[in-house]
Amino acid sequence: MAKEYWRWKEYNWQDENIDWREAETISAGVDVGSVSSQAVIMADGELFAYASMRTGSNSPKSAENVMKWCMEDTGLTIDDLHFTVGTGYGRVNVPFADKAITEIACHARGAHKMYGKTIRTLLDMGGQDCKAISVDEKGKVTNFLMNDKCAAGTGRGMEVFADLLSLPIEEIGELSFQVEEEPDPVSSTCVIFAKSEATGLLRDGWPKNKVLAAYSSAMAHRVVSLLQRIDIQEDFAITGGIAKNSGVVKRIEKELGLSALTTKYDSQIAGALGAALFGKVLCEKKRKKAAAV
Amino acid sequence: MIANYGYKDGAGEFYISVDTDKCTGCGDCVTACPSSVFEVRENEFDPMADEEMAAVTELQRKKLQFACTTCKANNNKLLPCINSCEFGAIAHSW
Repeated sequence: MAKEYWRWKEYNWQDENIDWREAETISAGVDVGSVSSQAVIMADGELFAYASMRTGSNSPKSAENVMKWCMEDTGLTIDDLHFTVGTGYGRVNVPFADKAITEIACHARGAHKMYGKTIRTLLDMGGQDCKAISVDEKGKVTNFLMNDKCAAGTGRGMEVFADLLSLPIEEIGELSFQVEEEPDPVSSTCVIFAKSEATGLLRDGWPKNKVLAAYSSAMAHRVVSLLQRIDIQEDFAITGGIAKNSGVVKRIEKELGLSALTTKYDSQIAGALGAALFGKVLCEKKRKKAAAV
Repeated sequence: MIANYGYKDGAGEFYISVDTDKCTGCGDCVTACPSSVFEVRENEFDPMADEEMAAVTELQRKKLQFACTTCKANNNKLLPCINSCEFGAIAHSW
């Protein structure tokens, strides 16, 4: 079988210093996206474990798989989770979720935790869409805009290019800078047309890295035009898979004249993390209600 | 909060925005719109909010350019949705 250049690594992580058995509230968030799914488990509001996997054709199954992988070897089971919030495209299809919340609210909440209270503008570059979100000091959404009608500026678009150029997706960010000079962006932002354009450029003898640079800057430009509709404020951050692609991130920064905030957290878990944080609050609310009766 | 519903594609930008701070969830826009673009629902962007708000239905979010054609053709300045909202919560980008 031909090598799948688009395929990124699936991963999970657990904090060995936290014993979930001592936690009063175990909240979880599952972000079932169009391309990848993430699960986050928090023990009393502290990040305990997370996992990221590719979303299959079956949303409920993907949600279950990613949660199981997140809990692997911890002794936790789905029954131990006090409150689970589902988010992302497949949020209504998470069988064990107590509530579904839109990914916009969850991303804002998650990014607020990941990047700190000063974050005002958030760009979530997902597998299938791109969202620009303004956030206030409490992590609440004040303005948002999404583009899910066009694949330009999405992770899936990058996967298509990795495949076309036979370059591993995890390396294409750096590779796009290995050019003698920055080429003009490809004129089409539509992934399908950009792909045909790139094929033409390769035929004209352009090196792969140069084609990649041209596509990355077209993508950055497209996304910046989306940000301009909401008020861009300093302290902006990028989440989602593309946040790991320096080729796109640095070009967006250059176009905006701002540098994106960095975080110790994994940029792809923002949605699931926000969901788990909401889960904690909702769980406590539920307990208070139950105690009052 | 400003919620922008819609998209940008090769034909242009088509967004309807609802200012949730002004919207009371009265539902006047729902009855005013001949294309059933609006609905009153829970605030999707603030799960802790109790008040309901007007939103563009999921069915229409990706085809606003076409859903709004009739009103736009009549008179862009007197859109029934914008006119019906006494709080000035609704705006169109095109």
